[in-house]
Parts: sequence; structure tokens; C-alpha cells
Amino acid sequence: MNSIGYNDYIRILPELVLTFFGILVMLIDPLLGRGSRKGLGILSLTGSFLAMAAGFYQINFHGPAWFGMVQVDSFSIFFHILIPCISAICILASLEYLDQQNIHSGEYYGLILFGTAGMVLMTSAVELVLIFIALEISSISTYILAGYRRSSAAGTESSIKYFLLGSFATAFFLYGVAMIFGATGSTSIPEIYKALNGATSGALVYIAVALMLIGLGFKVAFAPFHVWTPDVYEGAPAPVVALMSTGPKAAAFAVLLRVLFATAVPNDWIWLIWIAAALSMTLGNFGALIQNNVKRMLAYSSIAHAGYILVAFAAGREIGMAAAIFYTASYAAMNVGAFAVVSHFGGTGERYIDIEDYAGLGKRSPLLAFTLTIFLLSLIGIPLTGGFFAKYYVFNAALHSNLVWLTIIGVVNSAVAAYYYLRLIVMMYMREATVDAPPERVSPSMALALVLAAIGTIYLGVLPGYVLDSAHHGAQALKAGPFSKTVQPANNANAAPVQTLK
Amino acid sequence: MLHQVLFIVFGAICVAGAINLVAQRHPINSALSLVVVMGSLALIYLLLGAEFVAAVQVIVYAGAIMVLFVFVIMLLNAGAEERTQGSRIAVLIGGPGVAVLTGVIVWTVMRNSQQFGGVLIGSMVEQGQDNTHGIANLLFKDFLLPFEVTSVLILIAIMGAVVLAARKESV
Repeated sequence: MNSIGYNDYIRILPELVLTFFGILVMLIDPLLGRGSRKGLGILSLTGSFLAMAAGFYQINFHGPAWFGMVQVDSFSIFFHILIPCISAICILASLEYLDQQNIHSGEYYGLILFGTAGMVLMTSAVELVLIFIALEISSISTYILAGYRRSSAAGTESSIKYFLLGSFATAFFLYGVAMIFGATGSTSIPEIYKALNGATSGALVYIAVALMLIGLGFKVAFAPFHVWTPDVYEGAPAPVVALMSTGPKAAAFAVLLRVLFATAVPNDWIWLIWIAAALSMTLGNFGALIQNNVKRMLAYSSIAHAGYILVAFAAGREIGMAAAIFYTASYAAMNVGAFAVVSHFGGTGERYIDIEDYAGLGKRSPLLAFTLTIFLLSLIGIPLTGGFFAKYYVFNAALHSNLVWLTIIGVVNSAVAAYYYLRLIVMMYMREATVDAPPERVSPSMALALVLAAIGTIYLGVLPGYVLDSAHHGAQALKAGPFSKTVQPANNANAAPVQTLK
Repeated sequence: MLHQVLFIVFGAICVAGAINLVAQRHPINSALSLVVVMGSLALIYLLLGAEFVAAVQVIVYAGAIMVLFVFVIMLLNAGAEERTQGSRIAVLIGGPGVAVLTGVIVWTVMRNSQQFGGVLIGSMVEQGQDNTHGIANLLFKDFLLPFEVTSVLILIAIMGAVVLAARKESV
């Protein structure tokens, strides 16, 4: 009889830590009177850091758990460390933002923690039913977080649009899961692999892959499923946008990688991805050119970046997967940073949000201007920043797979993108200020968030070796295929930890 | 034999309830017809040997969800629906559409009945197969983690309702 042992709990440790702290926040919240919830913010920050530590601890505990529901391998550990890191920086940025906007709500932090638990679970789940539930946890908490600016009409619009379109997209994913169950008789990724490997796939498998691509395509906002992005990003609170443009996206890309590369579905989806990549890059970058609102501009830029990641998917093979994994990390660092600046600079009610408002920021607030410049340069892909290596590995992988045209489209797009990022930098340093009011002082927590994000961006640009190695191990773990479901639960219940893949 | 009789009786009640549900003009009458449909469906499930699904059908659909429906209808104070130009056209197009769709489904099932295979109504019950036991085994062993994780999902949904419905000054 299989039983649940110590290892089963260790293999979902980050999720347990995050859920525990989420519940703790919810229990303490009613005991506090009215007023700031900064203490709860610091508590949830602790939770995120502990979850990250739990991710590191899992390095020695590879293997499946909970009767083949989740699997800890180099791939999931990479995201177990990355995603709590993202939410920690978002919480740091929120500490000041919530007081600034007069939002005193403990649920805000609870939702971030639960949402993060969902995202983390998505990356280690190897059972489509569990992936679906985790996806819903991460989505529903972001729908609610998007609606936190209730005083503004744009905030409500953002939340409702995100909710309706998001639920619609999740239904597509669920339909895809049902189809693949019909085709293979299982929803477990190892079982699907066994059923499809070497066999000729019927129409059901193709329909299933297409439906799951639509569902996940909405979550990562690649074209043509990107239309919601600018409106939702514009209305949602800036620190929440920092989270939802990186965390759920990284998790959804992880699911996409697992579904496409670990289930032995036929390779014909490549041309779909090819088209989606070209479309996302082009529509994203050209859409960003004409935006005047910085949040909308960054929203279009996030569509374009989803396109670059898809180039790596189209390249396939181990280097393609590693490039995609590395790209999610480096995109997370720079984008979280950029939105942290936007959230501080916006001020009460997010008033200063247009590109013109950033004029003269270089003189008015050197720290904000300097860190934003780093993030923007990284988004362009200038050497010495994380964005450079991310793009380099993606295009390198694409050329290895002879995707010359896609690479050309990507490089041309990067050049176009430089225009709108540089426009903001020029505005900050070369123009005189048009707004009289000096920006509010940067609080220590916000400064810490900015510095952490900037260090992350520079670190990935100067010493990408360690993270890139981890990404490669992750890609190998995916490539190596899932553990066989029949063997694992009995052996691992009390057995010694499985050695790391090396 | 008794099983076949029960199947025909409750199948007929189910179809009649469904037709009545569409034909009624007052929403409360429609909602009550839906209870009839769900109740008779539960009996058909039971005849097919799916006693767990039958129980869930009664508890969740006929019980919880129908109460919710009726509450909403009463809260909104909805009256009888009005006939408009559009609704008449919908009847004109929809009526033949339903007939054609039913015809196609019946034709397909009859044509492929050999491949589909079949079960004798009631045979599952007489064999005494116990699928509740199987469901319990799946739910509380193999799928224990997803089952537990669902509670987090529900918790978030409740939090969302609280956050979105709370008065402005308290958030």
C-alpha cells in the first residue's frame, strides 16, 4: 500500500509555506484596526522569502509525489525559486503603493500569496487536472487584484474584462484537457507520454493541443490572444501589473513547455507557434510605438516579449527550451522593476502615467530615473543587461533550428522596439520638467525593490552562467521525460532522496 | 422488466418537463419544471448504476443550484416574459432547428448502434457494482492533492467576493 511520506510534503513545500502565510495574513487582518497594513505586508514578504528558500531546499529532493500528481525536477525548482522572488519584489513595491493610494486591505497580501502558491504549483504539477486547478487559483487571485483601484472606472473595467475573457480562455484549456483524456484515457502527463509516444495521433490530439494553446495563449498574452492586455494593465494597480505580467506568465510558459515537450504530442504545432511568435512581436512592438500612456506601452511591450519567448519554443530542442526558461527569468527581473518605478512615480490615484510626465525625471529623482533606464535598456536588449543574453540565446537557438526568417523578423522588431524605449529615456534626461510637483520621496521598501530588480537585471547580463546552467538542467529534465508513474510512489515514500540530475 | 418500465416512465417525464421548461412564460414555472427534469434524470442515472452521480444530482443540482435560481428570480422580481418580434422569429427558426438536430442525433445513434454496443437497463444495478467505492478511492487517494488544493481555490473565491463587495471606506 502506498502511503504519504516526508518526501511528499517536501515536494510541495513552497506551496505549503505560501498557503500557510496566506492563511496567517487572513487570520491576523481582522485583529488589526483601521489603518495601514504594512505589518501584514512584511509578514507576506517573509512568506515569499521562505518559499524561495524552500525552493532551494528542494534541490536535493527530486522526484514525484502525491501519487504522481506533482514532480520536482530541475525544471520546476527553477520556477519555484523564480516565482516567489517575483512576488517578493511586488510585495515590496506594494508596501508603499497601498498607503499612497489609501488602500488598507489585508486581503491584498493574502491574494498575492495564494496566487503565488497557485503559480508555483502549476510549474511542478504533472497532472492536467491539478494544473487546471492551480491555473484557476493563480488567475482568480489576479482577477481580484486587478480590480483594487475601485475609485477609478478603469480599475473596474480592467477587472471585469480580465475576468470575463480569462474565464472564457480557461474553458478552452479545460476543453483541451477533456479532449486529450478522450484521446489517451488519462490526464497524467507521464501516462499521456506513454500513450502517444510512437503511436499515430488521431484528430482528437490535434484538437486538444490547439485548444490548450488557445487557453494558455490568453494567459501569456501572445497574439492573436493579446487584445485584453493594454486595457487590463492600464486599469490595474501598478504593483499588481508587475506581478501579473511576469509571475502567471512564467508559470503559464512553464505549463506550455511541459504540455508541448513532455507529452510526445505531434510536432505540428510548431508552425502555429511560428505564426503566433511573428504576430506577437510585430503587433506588440508596433502597438507600443503609438502609445502615450507608459502602462499601455509596457503592456504592448509585454506582448512583444511573449513573442520572443515563442521564438524559442519554435526553435524547440534543448537549447530552445533553455532559452525560453532563461528569458522568463530575465524578463521578470526587468519588467517587475519597470512597473515598480511606474507605481511609485504615478502618485496618488496614478496621476502621472503619460510619457510627458516623465520629462526631467533625471534631475528630479536620479534613483528612479537611473533604475528605470537600466530596465528599459534591458528591455531593448543592450549588452551588460539580462535582456541582451535572453534575446541572444533565443535567436541563437532559432538559428540552430534554421528558423532564419523568424530570426530576421525578431531582430528587425528589436530595432523597432528600441525607438519607444529610448523615447522614454530621452524624455527623462533631455527634457525640462513639465510637472511642477516634485515626485514623492522614495521609501526604503520601494528603494529596496528597485535595487533588487536592478541587481537581478545586471546580474543576468554580466554573469548569466549560473542561471543559464539551471535553465539547461531544467530543459534536460523536461527532455528526459517524466518518471514512470507505476514505479515511483512505492519506491519514494520513504526512500533516500533521488540524486539531482547532473 | 421493472427497470425498463421505470426508464420509459421517467424518460417521458424528463422530456415532458424539458418541453414545459421552454414553453412556460413565467420564470418560476420554468425553474420548477427544471426541478422535475433534474429529479427524473437522477432516477435514470440510478437505473444505469451510477448511484453516486444520482445522489449528487439531487443534492447539488436539484437542491442547491435550484434554490439559488429561485432566489435570484424572486430577488429580481421577474414577471412573465413578453412576446416580441424577435422571439416569434426565434420560435419559427428554432422549432424546425430542434427537429432537424433531434433527427440527426437519432439517425446517427440508430446507424451506429452496433458499434456503440449497449447495456440492458438495470443490468448494472443487478450486478451490484459499487462505483462510489471507486470514486472514493480516486478522490481521496490518487487525486488527494487536487482535492485539497480545490479548497484554496474556494477560499480565494470567497475572499474575492468579500473584497469586491466590501464598502469603500473599509478597503
